[in-house]
Amino acid sequence: MIVGRRETWTGRLLLVLLMAVTLMPFVSLFVTALHPSGSYPSGLEWPRDPQWGNFVKAFEAARMIELVKSSTLIVLGVVPVALLLGTLAGFAIGHLRMAGRNLVFLLFVLGLTLPFEGIITPLYYQVRDMGLLNTRWAIILPLIGLYMPFAVFWMRAHFVNMPDELSESARMDGANVWQLFWRIHVPLAMPALSSLAILLFLWTWNQFLLAIVLVDDPLKRTMSGALGAFQGQWGTDMPLLCAGSLLILAPTLVIFLIFQRRFVTALLQGSLKG
Amino acid sequence: MPRKPVPRKQSPARAAGLRTPSWVGWLFVAPALGVYAVFVLRPIALTVQYSMYRWDGIGPSTWAGLGNYVRVFTDPDLFASILNAIKLIVFFSVIPVVLGLAIASTIRRIAASRLALVARTVLFLPQVIPLVAAGIAWSWLMSSTGLVNQLLAYVGLESVARAWLGDFSTALPAVGVIGAWVLLGLCTILLLSGLSKIDPALYEAARMDGAGPLREFVSITVPCLRQEIGVCVTVTVIAALASFDIVYVSTQGGPGNATMVPGLEIYYLAFSERQVGMASALAVVLMVLVILVALPIQWLTKDRSS
Repeated sequence: MIVGRRETWTGRLLLVLLMAVTLMPFVSLFVTALHPSGSYPSGLEWPRDPQWGNFVKAFEAARMIELVKSSTLIVLGVVPVALLLGTLAGFAIGHLRMAGRNLVFLLFVLGLTLPFEGIITPLYYQVRDMGLLNTRWAIILPLIGLYMPFAVFWMRAHFVNMPDELSESARMDGANVWQLFWRIHVPLAMPALSSLAILLFLWTWNQFLLAIVLVDDPLKRTMSGALGAFQGQWGTDMPLLCAGSLLILAPTLVIFLIFQRRFVTALLQGSLKG
Repeated sequence: MPRKPVPRKQSPARAAGLRTPSWVGWLFVAPALGVYAVFVLRPIALTVQYSMYRWDGIGPSTWAGLGNYVRVFTDPDLFASILNAIKLIVFFSVIPVVLGLAIASTIRRIAASRLALVARTVLFLPQVIPLVAAGIAWSWLMSSTGLVNQLLAYVGLESVARAWLGDFSTALPAVGVIGAWVLLGLCTILLLSGLSKIDPALYEAARMDGAGPLREFVSITVPCLRQEIGVCVTVTVIAALASFDIVYVSTQGGPGNATMVPGLEIYYLAFSERQVGMASALAVVLMVLVILVALPIQWLTKDRSS
């Protein structure tokens, strides 16, 4: 392809500029976090005496270890179950093609764009009546339900493209539906499943609304909900708030950087399918 | 479009489904349908029901009919929250999609370079961190002593410097900027990946015919990206209408009601002002609004060639 030199350079320049704008808030958080706690630093200014201890202080003030533990518990409660239920349903609708599948599928698709604010009020009373308010179950159970439209939609799209011949030959060999599902189709669905797992992990970890409405104790919330509480408590101490914010967003950032290729693929597919 | 339809044999008589009785399929669907019904469908129905009552969440409720809905559209404060959400679409949706298109088509030629690969990672960062963190970082950037004002002073514009999120006239656009920051990278990368699927021969043919960059953009890039543009618009418009996290953290709806959005208003009405009926009516309006916006975009940009 003929590529004009000037066009290439404009492209590069734009890209670098865009990256700079994207990174600016992170840099600002970082620089501010190094100023003396309680001070009110101005803009981007490298401190004369960087206070690395702020991160330790924020680590203790935010009770990071407990926060990570809480978020991990919630993720472990939500993601595997949502994956399993979504895969089972997607398999039945997309591959077994049982009677009435179109109607069920339509019902799930209805919830695809549902804003969580739309049902948060009745959800609160329902969770309260179940006696689960202020427990992690108050986040876990509703999230599994709320993820079903996307999970089913996603897995159906995978199973619909699996050739029937595959199942037929397995059936010839005497496999029943259950074996067909676990031995043939689940292993083949691994790429679709892992992308879905990444998306569900991210959405759960960053879930804010359900966390602040349904759970009062920040130590039983998701990371995002805990950050909201941390802001309320330390909002006036900018350096400490910045250090805490960085610490709280660090876990997803680290996981993202380690698995970045999978993340980017999943995020791209996720938005394309949704 | 180069996206080729996946060939699929669908001979129902031979399909795997036939040798399995239908009720077995229903067993597979039942658990998903169960949690969905309990935690989504039932709450939706309850929201509609609550919206017809006046209820403080504790005492007895009284029938209000459509009264709550009338108030949503006549109470200036409530209706303003809906208008604010619609204004946010300019920042959450129009800017990221238009700017994303411009950027993506400019950097299309270097899409395979190392720089572009690094950019893929960097531009996704806002998608990965909690929106709350984005709100905190930007509140600080846009505060009176923040980096934004520092930059303005640097170019000699001290006079316009202010606490952007605290000023009645700039608070809503300032919230919009945060949303634009979150969504611009996603849109750019999505459009870029769509561009990489376009056959380069199309562009070369256009070049041969003497087309300039603008002509290329209008005649090749935009039509070929119809589906990706549709996805960007859908995702970003819903993000604008249903915004909550960013506003909650950066302005709490203030100053006054300048940045109040339906999501936040529902939260306040239901959990601080104890007006469950009003909150539910607004929630129904919000859900309907989202569906009204999402459906036509899906339909318009659907790939009908396959």
